[in-house]
Amino acid sequence: MDLRYSPEEERFRHELREWLGQVLPTLPAKPAADDWPARRSYDTAWQRLLHEAGYAGINWPTDYGGRGATPTEHLIFLEESERAGAPYVGVNFVGLLHAGPTLIAEGTDEQRARHLPPILRGDEVWCQGFSEPGAGSDLASLRTRAVRDGEDYVVTGHKLWTSYATVADYCELLVRTDADAPKHKGITWLILAMDTPGLDVRPLKTVLGSSEFSEVYFDDVRIPVGNRVGEENDGWRVTMVTLSFERGTAWVDQIVDSARLVDDLVTIAKKVTRHGGAAWDDRGLRRDVGHLAAEFDALWALTKRGVSEASATGVPGVSASVLKLRYTEARQRLMDLGARVLDRAGLSRTDIGGLAGGEFTEERINSLSYTIAAGTSQIQRNIVGERILGLPRER
Amino acid sequence: MDFLPTADQLELQRGVRSLLDARFPLERLAAVAAAEPRQTAGYDETLWQALTETGVFALRTDLELGLAEAALVFEELGRAVVPGPLVGTFLSASRGAGAVTVLETQALPLLVAHLDVADAVLLFDESEVRWATGVVGETVASPLDPLTPLTEVAEVPAGRVIATGGAATRMRLEGAVLTAALQVGLATRLTELAVDYAKTREQFGRPIGSFQAVKHLCADMFVRTELARVAVHAAAVTLDDPTAEGAERAGSGAKLLADEAAVTNGRSAVQVHGGMGFTWEVPVHFLLKRAWVHATEFGTADDHAEDLALLL
Ligand SMILES: Cc1cc2nc3c(=O)[nH]c(=O)nc-3n(C[C@H](O)[C@H](O)[C@H](O)COP(=O)(O)OP(=O)(O)OC[C@H]3O[C@@H](n4cnc5c(N)ncnc54)[C@H](O)[C@@H]3O)c2cc1C
Repeated sequence: MDLRYSPEEERFRHELREWLGQVLPTLPAKPAADDWPARRSYDTAWQRLLHEAGYAGINWPTDYGGRGATPTEHLIFLEESERAGAPYVGVNFVGLLHAGPTLIAEGTDEQRARHLPPILRGDEVWCQGFSEPGAGSDLASLRTRAVRDGEDYVVTGHKLWTSYATVADYCELLVRTDADAPKHKGITWLILAMDTPGLDVRPLKTVLGSSEFSEVYFDDVRIPVGNRVGEENDGWRVTMVTLSFERGTAWVDQIVDSARLVDDLVTIAKKVTRHGGAAWDDRGLRRDVGHLAAEFDALWALTKRGVSEASATGVPGVSASVLKLRYTEARQRLMDLGARVLDRAGLSRTDIGGLAGGEFTEERINSLSYTIAAGTSQIQRNIVGERILGLPRER
Repeated sequence: MDFLPTADQLELQRGVRSLLDARFPLERLAAVAAAEPRQTAGYDETLWQALTETGVFALRTDLELGLAEAALVFEELGRAVVPGPLVGTFLSASRGAGAVTVLETQALPLLVAHLDVADAVLLFDESEVRWATGVVGETVASPLDPLTPLTEVAEVPAGRVIATGGAATRMRLEGAVLTAALQVGLATRLTELAVDYAKTREQFGRPIGSFQAVKHLCADMFVRTELARVAVHAAAVTLDDPTAEGAERAGSGAKLLADEAAVTNGRSAVQVHGGMGFTWEVPVHFLLKRAWVHATEFGTADDHAEDLALLL
């Protein structure tokens, strides 16, 4: 059990820090949160800079244009980027962390050559068309149908919650190709170009009032058979393969960010007045803050445990579900604590009353999704109970 | 950076586990609790001897290992619910005494655990640690944990100063981290007990562990334990590294998360066992009562939460 970094790891950190120090001051101002075309330009411009500096696809194998960094270097990359205030992966999320790795593992040479370089360069943005109105937690029950017609699949159906769909070039799409097979055995993974005729993308307003995700309607959309990744009806396995790319680094940036927010919260609490003294004079509040700080410290340690496990075995082990459950709930509690300190100043999504509170309020709303997206907390508890503890399934 | 336990560390931990599984299975707890005289209940001379011979208390002094290894071993001692003045004895390994217990002079009333079997008492003051022998007091008639006999001492004994300033702070912190490791061990065993019961007990024609209300209780027990475990490991490793910063913060975080894991898991384990969980026969209550005792040692979760906040 060693938390110290090796000289090579320290050198990697140092070089990255220098580079971030040079390049970040040259970035334009961040675009407005609900201006998605501007966000695409901003996020992809950052991806191009990463690419030129050799940091694109940090965890991708070098054979496919990635940096081939170790899990620990990946951790350092995310930690340093967050501390320096670098842009987040943003609209490049699906391409870099999901579709790209899937193509590396399961795509043909042609598919890889066609898509991997532009994803790394920030020229190609992807979205994920998995969930449907009737298929959320029970993803394998999806019903969007694809029927083979010559050299095309003809797709009809309805996808929901497709993040970045309005600005994406491609979509990783799960369709049903065999309606009679057991639900996991009739699914196929397709590459969909978002400018294909018959697609109708309708932005959905989120609780933030903006449109991160959309509904996507398919009306006889023709997708070439050559866009299939893996075999027909083998799409569920193809989807699961991507999970092996997860190397314990899922929440690094946000855990680092949470530690900063705890410090900011203390600063605000020392400044605001409550009941004739500073809010920080309230012992109950201090204890709650101390408790949350302990939890984020432990989540950081758990991240390092997962990364170490990924280095040793290739997968982060049991820490992934543990991390998702505890991190998402801790983050929500942090924002509630922020609201407690801010009181009425927490009613504005931009800073008000001379307090840097807007961020807490905005994230208080945004973090509502954390316990839902990417496997709800209830589903995570099922996973821990059944796959880790070996408890019997319900049915 | 490699935060996984090394092969040697795992072997050490496995060794202690198999020793304890053989010598001190949970089924023995009830018998040990019933032993007379009550003042020495829980102290098992031959087990203590075996632990001493294995080097459990002398890991640092004789085996040149660190607090990291000690934490792994103390997890096992907690998991087996081993009674006795474990932490005080470990912290006194270099002093050539046998069993050594602890008195925290700031915490009232002044209660010493296992005084009748201890050769000496470590007195933890606000700023120093002292060494006292010949401490006497009145036996508490009905201690919460039948395996942790308590003596109430009328006044703070005198004693010889053995640590001040940074050294005293460090000793207190080590005590907190080792106690936290015991709590992680308890939390681990409580999860095992609940999960085993949930797999075998059937109601409505199926194992109760298939009901989500029960399954999710178990999942949360596991999650809580793993988070506390890494917090304890991180604190131990930080204390072992003279160049590392943040030992106090890490130690406080470890103790508060471990207290919470052990105590909350104790309640959950009782709940999962239903009526059986309220019986003396099922060992769960021994673990919960021990967790309640440790939660008052080397700072409560509230104390540590506040200490940590003041470090921010
Ligand atoms: C911000 C955001 C972005 C997203 N982006 C994408 C995207 O880009 N692409 C995409 O494909 N999807 C995306 N999703 C969808 C996401 O994966 C689903 O919302 C999620 O899987 C839950 O499905 P659902 O919304 O249908 O809820 P449901 O599955 O209907 O769940 C409703 C409630 O029932 C509970 N529940 C359901 N099943 C069980 C069970 N077996 N046991 C116990 N409780 C259960 C759930 O925990 C939840 O509380 C996104 C979601 C959000 C919030």
